[in-house]
Amino acid sequence: MVNETRFAPWDDPEARPLIQFRGVTKRFGDFTAIDDLTLDIYPREFFALLGPSGCGKTTMMRMLAGFEEPTAGEILLDGRDIAHVPPNRRPVNMMFQSYALFPHLSVWDNIAFGLRRESRDKAAIEARVEEMLRLTRLTKFARRKPHQISGGQRQRVALARSLAKAPKLLLLDEPLGALDRKLREETQFELMDIQEKTGTTFVIVTHDQEEAMTVASRVAVMDEGRIVQVATPEVIYEAPNSVYVADFIGDVNLLRGTARARPAETAPEDQPQETQQAAPDAMPEQVPATKPGDRRYQPNALGMRLHNTLARVFGAWIEDEPKRLPAPEPAAAPKPKAAPAPAPAPDIPPGGIEIDWAQGQPAVIAANGEPALDGKPVVLALRPEKVSIAKDRPVAPNVLGGKVIDIGYLGNISTYHVQLSDGSMVKAQATNTRRIARRDITWEDEVWISFSATAGVVLAE
Amino acid sequence: MRRFSWFNATSLTLGFAFLYLPMIILVVYSFNDSRLVTVWAGFSTKWYGELVRNEEFLDAAWVTVRVAFFSSCLATVLGTMAAYVLVRAGRFRGRTLFSGMIYAPLVMPEVITGLSLLLLFIGIGLDRGVFTVVLAHTTFAMCYVSVVVSSRLTTFDTALEEAALDLGASQFDSFRLVTLPIIAPAVISGWLLAFTLSLDDLVIASFTTGPGATTLPIKVFSAVRLGVSPEINALSTIMIGIVTVGVIIASLISKRAAVAQARDEQAAPRTT
Repeated sequence: MVNETRFAPWDDPEARPLIQFRGVTKRFGDFTAIDDLTLDIYPREFFALLGPSGCGKTTMMRMLAGFEEPTAGEILLDGRDIAHVPPNRRPVNMMFQSYALFPHLSVWDNIAFGLRRESRDKAAIEARVEEMLRLTRLTKFARRKPHQISGGQRQRVALARSLAKAPKLLLLDEPLGALDRKLREETQFELMDIQEKTGTTFVIVTHDQEEAMTVASRVAVMDEGRIVQVATPEVIYEAPNSVYVADFIGDVNLLRGTARARPAETAPEDQPQETQQAAPDAMPEQVPATKPGDRRYQPNALGMRLHNTLARVFGAWIEDEPKRLPAPEPAAAPKPKAAPAPAPAPDIPPGGIEIDWAQGQPAVIAANGEPALDGKPVVLALRPEKVSIAKDRPVAPNVLGGKVIDIGYLGNISTYHVQLSDGSMVKAQATNTRRIARRDITWEDEVWISFSATAGVVLAE
Repeated sequence: MRRFSWFNATSLTLGFAFLYLPMIILVVYSFNDSRLVTVWAGFSTKWYGELVRNEEFLDAAWVTVRVAFFSSCLATVLGTMAAYVLVRAGRFRGRTLFSGMIYAPLVMPEVITGLSLLLLFIGIGLDRGVFTVVLAHTTFAMCYVSVVVSSRLTTFDTALEEAALDLGASQFDSFRLVTLPIIAPAVISGWLLAFTLSLDDLVIASFTTGPGATTLPIKVFSAVRLGVSPEINALSTIMIGIVTVGVIIASLISKRAAVAQARDEQAAPRTT
């Protein structure tokens, strides 16, 4: 996708989208398949609709093809509303999941079927079919019937047939679901190649996230008739906007806890101020730390009196609270202590948040967390490959000790399931640069897992 | 489980004897030299010769074939349309009622069908003849066709029609170019079924027929009332022959179609 200049029409305010969904809703009786959906797809994009079955991705595709009409809203193709145009009158073709090849027609006639419907002259049809056969490397099989060729070849016939009319938009409904893994990977690259050669806009529906990530320029992750996130595969993977996306795409460790704004050690002037302002419902013990300039947190005389009276009445409670709250502090303390001990921690960027996520475990530092989340329940989504595993305690912003429970050996990489002292499990991945016999970490080993201060993504619960 | 046992052999023999003994006797006696039906007097094909010279029988045969041909064609078109609509229309109120109604003539006593048609024809002042018999046969053969065709259509992958539409075919073109060629075996066997049913129908034909439109079964029936002649045996033998050939062709077609369908379904990928 990356040529000399990056292909990103979605960032270009000048770019005109090819497809626009505007407030599209589709209901089947009481069931809402698509819920007020708005989305732009740009020319030459390879756009993936990704989601579990029943999320509405197939309904969206069928609305683009014309097999379903939206209950409300409009679908624009090149600025023209096609929501109620029948399928045979729109410049959109579809490659079906079952391929839907006509069993009584030869490969050649299957590809020619669409061309013959638009009363072109014979020579033009022949030339176009031959071109399609060459593009999909099917010339040898032109005279065969669909049942006389292999699954991979049938898949290419279906592709050739749907591309023959040079549609503005090609829809692919789980196009590779029926192929075995090896063939599927090959075909993915072939699809991308053909997409680039023909310059057609592709919209692919899939439940296979690897497939979506491989082929697509942008991925829309769907759930229950809504689009949760639309972004490039890198952004979807590295910066998911919700726990749903993080969990759906790839493998992930989810550390649930409470955010605590982290004062910046190096820049105490502006950083904490911002933090405090952004966190109006901060925890009480942080109130005194507020700068005098901040009037909102200055208790007046009445407030002080009220506080003191109440404190006398509910004294036991209030006494308890502050005691319980700072508890994580000492627990968190060893970590900064540990980090500076061998070497000061210059690699911990200031700011961000700390997450108290388990009793008896040091809080994890997420320097990329939004300080505004202070005091709120958050989830740290941490990809296993960003978690290192070692037998000796490493120097890192976040270090947790545990025991190896399981090792998933995948050949090129291994996934270690590490149980921390509080019983929670964290997955860490390591590339197998050494032969398995020389691997130094094995089951039941006491290990340290570590990750950088920006390894995870902080998501609001 | 292919073990031979005396019980199986006996029941098989009895069953087939029960079915085919009467017909074998009929066929054998059609080659009898004697005029008396029950006395064997040597092999002869003279009754077939007599039959060919019998104008009445030939006329009746010609009427029967015409009626069978036109009614089965009409029944195939209407039955296929009905099946297509009932299978494809999706859910609508009263759908079960409609599909039930299509099958009702299958179980309706022929006498009632015949009588009601007769009343209708009299009511609208239609002169009874070949045309009314064709209409009557179409009426009841149509439901057989629609049963055969709709059972094929229920396993038909709708994605094929959608693909045709998607490639720019009109609704009618997608039926003509995709659906019809694929379900053709079912349509043809439906046609053969309708043809055979019309060929041997006596009850409905005798209610709805008129002067100059005597079908063969009516002719045979009335001739037998005057006494069984070897000519009738010869005629019946020919009819058995025709029907047998028809049934064999129909079963071959449907068998080949089943093989082709299994093959195409295997060709289509499994949805995960």
